[in-house]
Amino acid sequence: MIGIATMPRAARHFVGFAALLRRNGFLVAPEQTVAFLAAIDLLGPSGITAIRRAAHATLAPAPERRAEFDALFDAHFLGATLAMIAPGGAEDEDVRVREGDRGPSDPLIVEEGHESGQAAAAVERLAVRRFGADPESEILRWFERALPERLPRRRGYRKRASLRGRALDLQRSLREAVRNDGEVMRLRRLRRRLRQRKILLLIDVSGSMKQRTDGHLRFAHALARAAERVEIFTIGTRLTRVTKALRTKNRDQALAAASGLVADWDGGTRLGDALQAFLAVPRFAGYARSGLVLILSDGLERGDHHAMTAAVARLSALAWRISWLTPLAADPRYRPETDALKSILPLIDDLADGGSTERLCTHVLNLSRATPA
Amino acid sequence: MPTRGKVMGIDRPETLAHALRAAFYLADDGLATAAYLALALGKPLLLEGAPGVGKTEAGKALSGVLGRDLIRLQCYEGIDASAALYEWNYPRQMLAIRQAGDQPIDIYRDEFLIERPMLAALRSPERSVLLIDEVDRSDHEFEAFLLEFLSDFTISIPERGTLRAYERPVVVLTSNRTRELHEALRRRCVYHWIDYPDAEREAKIIMLRASSVAEATARAVVAAVGRLRREPLTKPPGVAEAVDWAEAATLLVQTGAGWPEAFKRSIGTALKDEEDLAHMAPRLDAMIAEIAA
Repeated sequence: MIGIATMPRAARHFVGFAALLRRNGFLVAPEQTVAFLAAIDLLGPSGITAIRRAAHATLAPAPERRAEFDALFDAHFLGATLAMIAPGGAEDEDVRVREGDRGPSDPLIVEEGHESGQAAAAVERLAVRRFGADPESEILRWFERALPERLPRRRGYRKRASLRGRALDLQRSLREAVRNDGEVMRLRRLRRRLRQRKILLLIDVSGSMKQRTDGHLRFAHALARAAERVEIFTIGTRLTRVTKALRTKNRDQALAAASGLVADWDGGTRLGDALQAFLAVPRFAGYARSGLVLILSDGLERGDHHAMTAAVARLSALAWRISWLTPLAADPRYRPETDALKSILPLIDDLADGGSTERLCTHVLNLSRATPA
Repeated sequence: MPTRGKVMGIDRPETLAHALRAAFYLADDGLATAAYLALALGKPLLLEGAPGVGKTEAGKALSGVLGRDLIRLQCYEGIDASAALYEWNYPRQMLAIRQAGDQPIDIYRDEFLIERPMLAALRSPERSVLLIDEVDRSDHEFEAFLLEFLSDFTISIPERGTLRAYERPVVVLTSNRTRELHEALRRRCVYHWIDYPDAEREAKIIMLRASSVAEATARAVVAAVGRLRREPLTKPPGVAEAVDWAEAATLLVQTGAGWPEAFKRSIGTALKDEEDLAHMAPRLDAMIAEIAA
């Protein structure tokens, strides 16, 4: 291993660029730095454009961050000022991520580089909530029983024995043939295993959803109990992971634990920022990958909705299907009117009624029937 | 570190761009550099871009330039190793066992092995270019598997042992970006984002691909297509559509139609979605009249 000081003088500058990119939130692996140096060696000293192209090809900035990348490039190699690049940094880091297993005193700060929803959460109200008696127990019990059979599935990578599979199970067929003196009596077959898709449930706990949050958490608990690979977050002014708390078997205990974690009950809504914060953590974004994303929210985003649109667009690129369940859709005459909802409408797969626990359950149970194209 | 890069006489990006042009593909400098680096560094080339900007064509042109066979692997949801790597020919194995009777027989010989694209490319890396098309359509398990293949170019067949490529094959991956690829996959490749070509280059591409099209027609089509791409369409016309449109309009004119009329009647080659056509219908006449003028 050689330190940066012992490198050839010329190489130092290029390696320094990789470090600069990392400081600005780009992912650059060592092998990419090596490829970058090799590329410059190959292209020879033919000017700054060649170096820029080599950087584009080997360091692979995502197309939507190309401008930012170029600005950093100019700053590093041409000495331009850094004024125009400022993701994160100057902005105060507003949306925090909390996880149950980290403890409340240790919030994970997530960098986020987008304008906040302005007046949305001037006062962040922190409140602890108590749960009343549960009128929907019957529905939820029925939901838990029916769910495992009805969840959306995808074909897995492994195979299992089956009567009518497409692939031949040569191993088993041959083993049986040996047992019958080399006579193949019957060909055994294999079929791809089906696996349940990952489920990501995002619950809006802002003030405008106050009436429904209790019901939503009870629904989340039933979902966490009945399905595998479920992740549950609450979003409001903060992002809180409540999956672990909701896995507790006893519902009251689970809900009490979850409500203790959530610190932003009935506060303002900054859905866009919260979703951006969610996607900024690669591990969290991975929960959405080719999974089912359920968002329980009225989508009332105050202020600029571009952060929200961008976040939903990214989410829709990751997810298998996005269902946006809003209590407003309980009214059959409901049409999405706000700019925020209109702009995300082409990005989501369904906008459905989330007005009651029963409707939520029915929607989820019917998902595997109507698969999107 | 590879030896100073010279693959088949290609020693600079400009040489490659020139050779690609001879194979009827107009590459911009960024693409030529990325492709040259991929060849010289022995890394796979990952091309991303909107549908119809010529990602697959780039792979084909590259195989033409190198004088190698193109082995194409089309990805789809649910693709697995038996479609991408190899499969045993079970019926033949069974028959062979029956025929052999008491004689010992090796049922894992080459004749029972069905080569799929990735194995084929691995076994003759000096004669092939492997094009893995539309990676974004496959499942993430397949992507992980691809990652393994692309990092060391080995395939292990349990019955035969591990096969290793004796030189690194040329691999081109394309993605429409309908979903995000794993960061690790992008990291392993030389990356290039293909944008829609600028008007000048697109007109040149049209004339290169469709020799019957006059320069004025090509420019008119480029202007129209550029405008269509700014509309919120579900399927904006790609370069291939622009070529088709220019060619179709020229053909109609040769059979006696007038210019604006020819553009209008052949719009189906550029807009292939009912909703898009409905969206454009009110303004189509004005737009075509303007560009045909």
